[in-house]
Amino acid sequence: MSEQQAPAPEPPARALSGRALSGRPVAEITLEAVRAGEVGLADLRMHPDTLEHQAVVAERHGNPQLAANLRRAAELTALPDDEVMTIYEALRPGRSSAAGLTALAASLDARGLPRCAALVAEAAAIYARRGLAST
Amino acid sequence: MNEPPTGRARFMDARLPPEGGTPRSSLRTPPQETIGRVRFMDAQRVNLDGFAAPDPRLGLIAMSAPGDPAPSLVITEGRVTELDGRAEADFDSIDEFIARHGLDLAAAGEAMALDDIALARLMVDPFTPRAEVIRLTAGVTPAKLARVLALLAPAELTMAMTKLRARRTPSNQAHVTNRLDDPLLLAADAATAAAFGFREVETTVPVLADAPSNAVACLIGATVASPGVLIQCSVEEAAELELGMRGLTSYAETVSLYGTEQVFTDGDDTPWSKAFLASAYASRGMKMRVSSGAGAEVLMAGAEGKSMLYLESRCVALARAIGAQGVQNGGIDGASVAASVPSGLRELMAENVMVMARGLESCSGNDALMSESDMRRTSRTLPIVLAGSDFVFSGFGSIQRYDNMFGPSNFNAEDIDDFLAMQRDWGIDGGLRTVSPARLAELRREAAQACADVYRYLGLADFTHVDLAADAAGSKDLGEVDTLAILGAAQAIAQRGLTAVDIVAALDECGYPDYAERSLAFVRARLAGDYLQTSAIFDEQLNVLSLVTDPNDYAGPGTGYAPAPARQAEIDAIRQVRGVEDLRAAQARSGARQRQATPGLLAPLGPAGPGTDPRDVVIGVSPALALDVWECLSGQPVRDVVAEILAGLEEEGCTARVVRFPATVDLGQIGLLAARLSGSGIGIGLQGKGTALIHRRDLAPLANLELYSVAPSVTPQLYRLLGANAARHAKGATPDPARNPYSDEAIEARYHTTVIALMELERARVLPGAAPVELSLEGFR
Repeated sequence: MSEQQAPAPEPPARALSGRALSGRPVAEITLEAVRAGEVGLADLRMHPDTLEHQAVVAERHGNPQLAANLRRAAELTALPDDEVMTIYEALRPGRSSAAGLTALAASLDARGLPRCAALVAEAAAIYARRGLAST
Repeated sequence: MNEPPTGRARFMDARLPPEGGTPRSSLRTPPQETIGRVRFMDAQRVNLDGFAAPDPRLGLIAMSAPGDPAPSLVITEGRVTELDGRAEADFDSIDEFIARHGLDLAAAGEAMALDDIALARLMVDPFTPRAEVIRLTAGVTPAKLARVLALLAPAELTMAMTKLRARRTPSNQAHVTNRLDDPLLLAADAATAAAFGFREVETTVPVLADAPSNAVACLIGATVASPGVLIQCSVEEAAELELGMRGLTSYAETVSLYGTEQVFTDGDDTPWSKAFLASAYASRGMKMRVSSGAGAEVLMAGAEGKSMLYLESRCVALARAIGAQGVQNGGIDGASVAASVPSGLRELMAENVMVMARGLESCSGNDALMSESDMRRTSRTLPIVLAGSDFVFSGFGSIQRYDNMFGPSNFNAEDIDDFLAMQRDWGIDGGLRTVSPARLAELRREAAQACADVYRYLGLADFTHVDLAADAAGSKDLGEVDTLAILGAAQAIAQRGLTAVDIVAALDECGYPDYAERSLAFVRARLAGDYLQTSAIFDEQLNVLSLVTDPNDYAGPGTGYAPAPARQAEIDAIRQVRGVEDLRAAQARSGARQRQATPGLLAPLGPAGPGTDPRDVVIGVSPALALDVWECLSGQPVRDVVAEILAGLEEEGCTARVVRFPATVDLGQIGLLAARLSGSGIGIGLQGKGTALIHRRDLAPLANLELYSVAPSVTPQLYRLLGANAARHAKGATPDPARNPYSDEAIEARYHTTVIALMELERARVLPGAAPVELSLEGFR
């Protein structure tokens, strides 16, 4: 057996130096903070930098598709829940015209979500060809 | 879960000759002509299962359908322009997504040029590193990968799974649901699942609006029993995402993929909507895997003449393409469809290995009851248990079958002890562990109480059936439940937008600061994001075990995962294990009871001498009888057995003595020595375990007159007959032949361990060369 065959376990990133979406350091999400009523929903949400870091890890472990997914996710942390669900709905079959999807892609791109925009733009083209767009 | 099965197509006897032959099946023969032997076979439970005539047109074929395309891949200027026989202009939406995102074009040339058989061998060969197989597989098309996996025989699939699984440490997932959505029972059952070692708990609802309550109850219950258990509430996607956004659940797996565009669209999604959904889950910090598996397309009449394995290969390639970290497959709701065709179980396992070969987490099915036959359902699951998977079950039914709102799983609450025994039998880690009855009682009560307290504190509901829920084996034991109160609690959780932080605060306020801290530590650990990586679970110290932190390093014997000594001890120590000392204590308790009732019972009187009375029959007993052994295998106290034998002798006019022979444990010797000591020349031998015989002084040791050998089945009546027959032998009269009772029990499985311990007690009392001792008949007269 050569040494290169044994994958080396990688230490986890869970140093508590990271931050929640709210900006609060993860290490400060304590029972005392909960008792003081200081912990809210945004403290439960993942920070985009965390997702970007995980994308790098996924890439290093040979999964560029997982990395791409995590980078789209990092972009989506900026959107409110109902808007995320609205975009999902727009991508379901027969919900949007190709032009509608193209416009959605442009708006996402303009708002700093280029990767999500690219996914939607790609859908616009194929939906038109495969009859998945509304008319 | 995919669409539920709606009907059975063309189920016929698969053993029929292909065409023109005479049907030979009993199932097609009029009942009056069926012989008893076949009627008996027909009545077995396996014949409740449907077996389908293979029909590639309907997709009723496991692997290698004539309609499966030949693998092909054409890359023009860095762009896929042909995939599995289809030109770019004709790509359907699944082809398109795979072509644009799913394949590693740098590896494709090398990988597609490999012979199918060469790639198949690399998957099995322990000396080819897992990473090399993953690299090459990333470059092969769905049709190619389906062909390669169809080449693997069952033992090779097991090898490939052992080697290709992403996470080194195997794990397991439980279903926790009930018919009533009763929160206290859900909490108790989630605690039970976590205590047994399940690291993911999946719940769902019979009543959709109850979902938030189920998520909260499972979260509380699992937290009471163990830190870091991932929780899922499987409902409609928007509702599921919302629960995740609030931190009440931590993973999702019901994002369904299908292998044909038509069925995919009928499922109201496209590869792009699913890819977006995957990102949406990740953006809210939820682990996510997709769900696919054989039979889904067949059940929706949309298989388009393709084999199950080929269609699944498209799903798995798509799963990789959209960036899912893992796949739940291996049939799932269509498992029984795959099981109805030849090589169907092999196909189900090949689906899981395919996921592993694509470098993803495998949540390996076994979550739908695929047969009425215990042997078939065990046969379906066993190879995966032996190989080890990221999740051996994508839902072991940890609750009663009737309470499983996903439908019964392939293994259920009644099988937990079987599964623990299987782990121990094979010395492997299927993710579960034994919980002592006392610990289980404590955890269930604590979980139900904590849940009731939190619901009361948050003003959700006022439940008082804590003891009932803690004790219940299933929801049928709860009696009347206020289902409106449950619905009200669920609506309140939803409307007030309660989050994991509210649950933490409530636990703290209700006097459970440890569980509050445990819950909060889980929130913090999730925020690091490591658990979004492939095959991630948390261990009980909240370490993430994943492809990244715990990579599978199997490379042949002596490598890869093996349970650490402490874990192996946990696997081995099932609660039914008994040793010699356990038996000694139980026997001593029985002896104390008998001696309390009859002081001086079978106490030694002194050396035994030869008898002279022609009616004298000696009952010779083994060295430990009435010293350390007081209860026979049949459960009868030694006192009762001796009393029956004495009564039989007395009925036939003989007198008796009881004599212990400490020099030997051999029953033939004991009987013969007893006969030599008796005035009549007839002796009875009796071992502590209850085996008995009649002997005569002039016979060879092994040539006894009558032997009552099946000790667990010897009844009081038979012991009496033994005494009477011994007396008849003594008088020269004709004995009434005894028949050993018939039993279809696994008598050796039931009693051999006890026999071994009893014989050890006997042997420990042997005094070589010691003279026989006459015992008191006090209490028998």
